[in-house]
Amino acid sequence: MSPKTLYDKIWDAHLAHEAEDGTCLLYIDRHLVHEVTSPQAFEGLRMAGRPVRAPDKTIAVPDHNVPTTAGRNDPANMTEDSRIQVAALDQNAKDFGIHYYPVSDVRQGIVHIVGPEQGWTLPGMTVVCGDSHTATHGAFGALAHGIGTSEVEHVLATQTLIQKKSKNMKVEITGKLAPGVTAKDITLYVIGQTGTAGGTGYVIEYCGEAIRDLSMEGRMTVCNMAIEGGARAGIIAPDEKTFEYCQGRPHAPKGAAWEAAVAWWKTLYSDDDAAWDLVLTIKAEDIAPVVTWGTSPEDVLAITDVVPDPASFEGGKVDAVRRSLDYMGLTPGQKLSDVEVDTVFIGSCTNGRIEDLRAAAEILKGKKVKDGLRAMIVPGSGLVRAQAEEEGLADIFKDAGFEWRLAGCSMCLAMNPDQLKPGERCAATSNRNFEGRQGRGGRTHLLSPAMAAAAALTGRLTDVREIM
Amino acid sequence: MDKFTTLSGIAAPLPLINIDTDMIIPKQFLKTIKRSGLGANLFDEMRFTQDGAEIPDFVLNKPAYREAQILVAGDNFGCGSSREHAPWALLDFGIRCVIAPSFADIFYNNCFKNGILPIALPQETVDILMKDAEKGANARVEIDLDAQTVTSSDGEVFSFELDAFKKHCLLNGLDDIGQSLQKVSSIDAFEATMAQSRPWV
Ligand code: SF4
Repeated sequence: MSPKTLYDKIWDAHLAHEAEDGTCLLYIDRHLVHEVTSPQAFEGLRMAGRPVRAPDKTIAVPDHNVPTTAGRNDPANMTEDSRIQVAALDQNAKDFGIHYYPVSDVRQGIVHIVGPEQGWTLPGMTVVCGDSHTATHGAFGALAHGIGTSEVEHVLATQTLIQKKSKNMKVEITGKLAPGVTAKDITLYVIGQTGTAGGTGYVIEYCGEAIRDLSMEGRMTVCNMAIEGGARAGIIAPDEKTFEYCQGRPHAPKGAAWEAAVAWWKTLYSDDDAAWDLVLTIKAEDIAPVVTWGTSPEDVLAITDVVPDPASFEGGKVDAVRRSLDYMGLTPGQKLSDVEVDTVFIGSCTNGRIEDLRAAAEILKGKKVKDGLRAMIVPGSGLVRAQAEEEGLADIFKDAGFEWRLAGCSMCLAMNPDQLKPGERCAATSNRNFEGRQGRGGRTHLLSPAMAAAAALTGRLTDVREIM
Repeated sequence: MDKFTTLSGIAAPLPLINIDTDMIIPKQFLKTIKRSGLGANLFDEMRFTQDGAEIPDFVLNKPAYREAQILVAGDNFGCGSSREHAPWALLDFGIRCVIAPSFADIFYNNCFKNGILPIALPQETVDILMKDAEKGANARVEIDLDAQTVTSSDGEVFSFELDAFKKHCLLNGLDDIGQSLQKVSSIDAFEATMAQSRPWV
């Protein structure tokens, strides 16, 4: 047999049909659904009189526009249009008989945190969701990517997706990370190297010692942002850590089925002599704690650096940088560690898991956020929140002056009431620093949870290594 | 879905790279449960002030481009979120074709599901078409999907590449789901095999 990459193996194992021109129907093992990108898809099914083909493989949870403040179970506390969207999901879940975690359920949370937490996401699976950060699930050695609403409808109706195969890219991170450098820094650094379009047309497999050393949660952070590099998906080969994470989760296989599953999962790795279309090797030692300075996730620099000069770029990027520095209110040459922030947001599907909260708590323990600064922690799920309370993290956050919120997407995209005002500047653990992403005119700097916590203490972008 | 065969229309120049889907349709407009009506908020934050007044400098607010059916833009158009609201908003405004050096993957696929043709051309060609688009309302660009060509207002013809299956669906306005359901026996067979080999799924 010819050598294969991990992506090749999963692809081959899910090919339900292949036409002569190479157009394929790829079978989908898990379909995750949220309230924003699904109403039109369910409506389409209704109009065509079609059922959901595999309701057992379809899991829905509202997350994008649910409020994260107390009393949110009362629909009166939601804006009319958000309420209608969540009510539509309630109704669709019921009518079509799919798995559902309503707002009132402690297991509710961000769809990409709930899936792995409940054991829906497993190695070797194909996972899709009407959301670009579906790439997160690639951390399990699953082929996972975002789709549009028409494709959501297609998967609901056929449990397959029309696909053509992507190319294979390997991103190898060799060696060990320095203290203070995290999974978030890896993933931002990689995007800084490839650019936001560098991954277009590829599935990226992350590998190497620094990736193997990461926990499952760290791997999820890395894969989460594969889409920010333009890739179809990011993927990491499963190993003992993966199996351990999955074992015992509510929807993971048990007994003999577990044994059979692990036996197959152990075959899921890229063969030594597999062919790669592109290989990128990065030394872990070269990665420092990073922040973004612009309005594209590729605008990444070490915290010790200064705001770049537009003239130092090429082509269309010159104007783009000029525009983004204007939007961000930054001057070339300004030290990044001098940039003052008025808001800190810790949460999102990138960094809303328990280890992220632990990392932030470690920095915040016994300290206070800077006077006048608004700081918010939004756990990724109700279960993450409960665990953080049990571990005493919630008290650390509250004592430090953070708002301790309920689970949801919150200020990652500001569809709920958590938004920046024009000109406000936020250190955020989320994944997009686009213009207006966190609220019209709002300015976003992406960074790791530990770096966000450090910024909350000093009121400016701060090198976490100075505080550790 | 409407068929796409040929198009002769005004092209609006938008010479920015990395135009993301948050720019195309900001999140506050994603709360709809319909596909229609989003054109009013296409490029909302670039097109309107916070009080809803038009920003006269923005290309689609200029008299020459109000009826534009084609957009010419920079690299990596449509990056960011998977929201199909982006093509819905373009379509609702009247845009049927976007020309750029490259597109983000999910956005590119979403276009075809909505009768919009995204055309990727080399930077030099896009530069020529961008100049052409800057001429305003009298410069009509012609697109012929079957022949896979773009013709500038000066009569210069450029060929573009396109996946044969996507072209076929767009030319005939075909519904993907209907087509895939014709292969339902393959899907049934696949599921039956999988129930044996990977029963835990
Ligand atoms: S947390 Fe942010 S990126 Fe993640 S699913 Fe929610 S809105 Fe999307």
